Amino acid sequence: MKIITYRITDPNGMHAAPAAKLVNLASTFQSSVIVNKNGRTADLKKIVTLMHLAIKYGDELTISIEGIDEEEAAKTMEVFFKENL
Amino acid sequence: MKVCMGTPVFGGVAFGTISIYEQKEQQVKRVHIVDVENEVNRFEVAQKEAIEQLKVLYEKALVEVGETHAQIFEVHQMMLEDLDYVEAITNTIKEQKVNVEYAVATTADTFANLFASMDDAYMKERAADVKDVSERVLTILFGSAKSQNMLYEDTILVAKDLAPSETVQLDKERVKAFVTMQGSTQSHTAILARTMNIPALINTEIELLQEYDGVEAIVDGFEGKLYINPDEETKHSMSKKQEEDRKNKELLLQQKGKETVTKNGQRLKLYANISGVKDVAKVMQNDAEGIGLFRSEFLYLESKGYPTEEEQFRAYKEVAEKMLGKQVIIRTLDIGADKQIDYFELEKEENPALGYRAIRICLDRMEVFKTQLRALYRASRYGNIAIMFPMIISVEEVVKIKGIIQEVKDELTQEGIHYRDCEIGIMIETPAAVMISDLLAKEVDFFSVGTNDLTQYALAIDRQNPKLDSIYNPHHEAVLRMLKIVAENAHKAGIWCGICGELGADLSLTETFLSYGYDELSVSPPMILSVRKRVRECE
Repeated sequence: MKIITYRITDPNGMHAAPAAKLVNLASTFQSSVIVNKNGRTADLKKIVTLMHLAIKYGDELTISIEGIDEEEAAKTMEVFFKENL
Repeated sequence: MKVCMGTPVFGGVAFGTISIYEQKEQQVKRVHIVDVENEVNRFEVAQKEAIEQLKVLYEKALVEVGETHAQIFEVHQMMLEDLDYVEAITNTIKEQKVNVEYAVATTADTFANLFASMDDAYMKERAADVKDVSERVLTILFGSAKSQNMLYEDTILVAKDLAPSETVQLDKERVKAFVTMQGSTQSHTAILARTMNIPALINTEIELLQEYDGVEAIVDGFEGKLYINPDEETKHSMSKKQEEDRKNKELLLQQKGKETVTKNGQRLKLYANISGVKDVAKVMQNDAEGIGLFRSEFLYLESKGYPTEEEQFRAYKEVAEKMLGKQVIIRTLDIGADKQIDYFELEKEENPALGYRAIRICLDRMEVFKTQLRALYRASRYGNIAIMFPMIISVEEVVKIKGIIQEVKDELTQEGIHYRDCEIGIMIETPAAVMISDLLAKEVDFFSVGTNDLTQYALAIDRQNPKLDSIYNPHHEAVLRMLKIVAENAHKAGIWCGICGELGADLSLTETFLSYGYDELSVSPPMILSVRKRVRECE
């Protein structure tokens, strides 16, 4: 399993549009991708549950990635977070 | 003339003709079915069709309103494909043996409620997206298309509320303003209005009467008013307002998001002066890079007794958070002279400007001062707060202040309360402070020159005396020389310096300040972009 931690720096937090992009990206991997915010979790492949976390500026996220392509998934996701959120 | 009040979401003035936008709601009946497979299949076909429609809408929105707004249709596509959403619908069909229309409608309600119950204002509004998506599927299932609403040349669109798919289908060339009975500042109508730069009112007290359709009207997006059948006087004042707004927006378009830097690459921090939490919106709108002077007096002036540590903490925290990590310089209590507060019970003085005021009161009434410092340090971890002290005349005062700060910090540490270290600065507003600015610079992190008081003290002219207006010259050589000395002494000691008085916004002096090497100018929010424009013109 790979773990990424990330703190949201985008002032808007995770609005619908970046959430959509993120779900699209996560869906390209076979690994399961689960995000944890203060103990609440969401499947990064499901837009509604992800949006329901209401991820805001300054939130600390832990993303756990598990599966055969976890290495590549972790790298790609990390880049995405840094560039978009 | 009839005036309707609403909540403005985007400033601006629009003239036009009212078009009443009518929505048709689908009536869904619960029907028991036998062929579950067929029903699930009907959903899948409608879902596919809806996704195709959304792709087309996305392309249309991309061209018309840009990527940011178009993305909502991408989100809609994904909601339609969301595993939880699809599962909820198919499970409803299978378990309850009901028709697909009913399954879609109930699932829409469940998911919409999920969003509507969230604390986050933005996410709350996403309930409308779930409904909009589901409505689209239902329309396909019913096999009826919504009729296009008629729009006038210059339309003021009046509706109950507008879903994103409805707004994108509008002929935007013709829409000059939105007025809705419902909605929030995060609703699509509001977001779209901001994208399109047109005025919009939400929560408007208006009935959707057909007789309003085709009637002349004006929307004042500053005051939140809709004038139906405006009289000549209103038309006249509104067109004047529209013209001023047009000029402002032009400036905004030119200067927003640009760096405050001269042609030669000299940078300046362009900050805003504020008097309270309510001003932060204006700071952001005008693209200030920070807050250079937060007059904390307002907390005391608006209060009937001494504001508590908790009240102050909340105000400072809110401003720090809203500024998202940008610097917020908060000036400690500056009362006395022309600013009097009853419960301080200050005695009448012969020369209040030279009297018991500002830091002099704070260093004398230690409890008041400490309460404020505690609130400031407690708020420090929520953003980038700096603290500034007014009316300094001696190094001893600064040393004393720093001692008190240390006490406050020690107390907080003992209580296990976290805080961040703040930059400490002083106002340079007395000739004494100018003359010893080399010594003061060694004690603090920055200077901010208060030109109003400095001019009054340097020229010995009472600001409150109108008889002296003719000789009150803020461009006086004495004042300018003082400003030069302060900048030189600050930089020699390696600290930064700024100006937060009215002179900071004097465009005829911008070049002079840059030549002295000032690092920061703090001006009232509406002046920000004019000053930026001026700086960018300088060599």
